Amino acid sequence: MGRHVVLIEDEPNITEAIRFLLMRDGWSVDAHTDGATAVEVIRDAGPDLVILDLMLPGKSGLEIVRELRTVEGMQSLPVLMLTARGQMRDREMAEKAGVTRFMTKPFSNAEVLTAVRDLHAQAGQG
Amino acid sequence: MARDTLTGSRIRERRLILGMRQAELAREARISPSYLNLIEHNRRRIGGKLLVGIAGVLGVEPSMLSEGAEAALISTLREAAADSGVPIAELDRVDEFAGRFPGWAEVLAAGHRRIATLERTVETLSDRLTHDPNLAASVHEVLSTAAAIRSTASILAETGELEPEWRDRFHKNLNEDSLRLSESSRALVSFLDEEGAGADRRGMPQEEAEAFFLSNGFHFPALENGSATPEDLVLDEPDLTGEAVRSLAMAALEQYRSDARAMPLRALEQEIAAGGIDPVALARRFNCALPAVLRRLAALPEEVLGQETGLVICDASGTLLFRKPVTGFAMPRFGASCPLWPLYTALVQPNMPVRRNVVQHGRNAAAFDCMATAWMQNQPDFGEDPLYRAVMLILPGAKDAQDPQPVGASCRICPRQGCPARREPSILKEEF
Repeated sequence: MGRHVVLIEDEPNITEAIRFLLMRDGWSVDAHTDGATAVEVIRDAGPDLVILDLMLPGKSGLEIVRELRTVEGMQSLPVLMLTARGQMRDREMAEKAGVTRFMTKPFSNAEVLTAVRDLHAQAGQG
Repeated sequence: MARDTLTGSRIRERRLILGMRQAELAREARISPSYLNLIEHNRRRIGGKLLVGIAGVLGVEPSMLSEGAEAALISTLREAAADSGVPIAELDRVDEFAGRFPGWAEVLAAGHRRIATLERTVETLSDRLTHDPNLAASVHEVLSTAAAIRSTASILAETGELEPEWRDRFHKNLNEDSLRLSESSRALVSFLDEEGAGADRRGMPQEEAEAFFLSNGFHFPALENGSATPEDLVLDEPDLTGEAVRSLAMAALEQYRSDARAMPLRALEQEIAAGGIDPVALARRFNCALPAVLRRLAALPEEVLGQETGLVICDASGTLLFRKPVTGFAMPRFGASCPLWPLYTALVQPNMPVRRNVVQHGRNAAAFDCMATAWMQNQPDFGEDPLYRAVMLILPGAKDAQDPQPVGASCRICPRQGCPARREPSILKEEF
C-alpha cells in the first residue's frame, strides 16, 4: 500500500509546510519546483498522488496534467491542484485537463490533509 | 430601391421640414402640383435645371437631393442591422430609409457607433482585469504568501510536540512570509491606485471630471482672478471628453467661481492667518453659508492652510458627487461609502454643523477632523419637497483625538467586525 506523493510547488514555504503535514501523516514526499521537468519527475517517481500548483515556472499545472494523462499508467493518477485562481472558469478548465480535485489558496492544513486522504481512498489504495 | 431613385422622397422630406405645401413648391419651381406629386413619389426621374431649381427653392445643394444620405451613413446602418442579429426584411430598403428619414437614420447610426465604442471599452477593461499579467502576478503572490503563512501558523499552533529544529524553521518562514505579504499587498494596492489615477484612464464621467480637478490641484487661479470663465477652462481641456464629463466639470467650476467671489483669496488668506481654520467664524465674517466655506477651504492651495484637505459632497441618496482625496483617508471609487462618515450624520440633520474626529480602520489609524453640513439645494415651492446635499471637509490630524469614531471606506473593503452599520459582507475575511 503506497503512500508516496510528488509535490510540484514553486513556493518553498508552502512546500515545507505541506511536506511536514504529509510526513506526519505517514507519507513520503518528493518535492520539486520546476514545471518544465514535472512530467518526467512524476513518471519516474510513480507516486500514488500528485499535488500540483497551477502557476509554475517552465510549464503550467494544466499543461502538466494534460501531458500526464497521455502517459501510460497515469490516466487515473489522483492529482490535487492548488491555485490562487478560484473562478468557475478556472475550475472547469482544470477538470477538463484531468485534474481530480481543485483547491484555492489560501487553504487550511486540514483541507489539504482531508483531500489527500480522500483521493487516496477513492483511488482504491487506502 | 437605389439611392439615386429616391430624389423625390428627399424633396418631399425637405419640403415638409420647411413646412411648405406641395402647391407652393410647385409654383416656385414652375411645374404643376400633379407633376411634383409624381416626382415626390419617385414616379418621375428628375435632374438638370429642374433639380437645380427645386434645390434652390428648398435652400439645399442639388447633390443633397440627388445623392441623399452619405454612403458612410448607409454603411453604418447596414452594420447596425447585421450586428443586431435580427433578420431584417427591409434591409434592401436601407437607402430609402436614410433618404426619407435622415434624422432618424443618423440617430440609429450614432447609437450603433456609440455601442461599438462602449463594447470596445468594456472589452479593454475586462481584458485588463482578466489577463493583466501584473495584476495576476500580484494577486498570485499575495495569495500564495497568505497560504504559506496560514499553513505554517496552523502547524505552529496546532502541533503539540514540535521538534525545535522544525519549530525554528517555521518561525523563520513565518517571519519571511509576513514581510513578503506586507510588501506584496502594498505593491498590489499601489498597482490598483496607479491604475485608477492613470492619466490615460477613461472611465465614468465623474472620474474624468475628478481627474481634471486633481491635475489642477483642485485650485484654479484663473477663476480666482477672473481671467477665465468656467467655459474657457472646460473648452481648453482636451481630456474632458464627452458632454457628460464637460457638464459635470462645468457645474463644479461654476460652484468654485461662486464660492471664490464670495470669499476672495487674499481676504480669506488674511482671515485664516489671523484666526486659523474656523469655518463658522469665516462664514460669519464673509456672510456666507457654511457649505460654501467648507468647499472653499478645500479649494485653497496647501500652503495657505499649511496642511492637506479632503472634501466629499453627496446628494440626498448618499451618492458621492465630488471627491477630493486626502492622504490616509480611503474613499471608495465605486459604490456607496461608509454610512458612519459624519457626512451622512449631517445629511439627516440639514443646516446643523457636525464635527467629528474619526479614524479609519485597517489603515495607519491616523485620525481626521471632519466637519460636515447639509444644505437645501433648491428653493422648493409650497408642497414641493426640498433636495439636500451634504459636504464634509476632512482635515488630517484631529485636534482632540482621544476617542475618535471608527469609520471605514466602504463595507466591501472594511474588516471591522460587528459593525452596526454593515450592509454587506466584507471581501476581507477574518482569517485572511
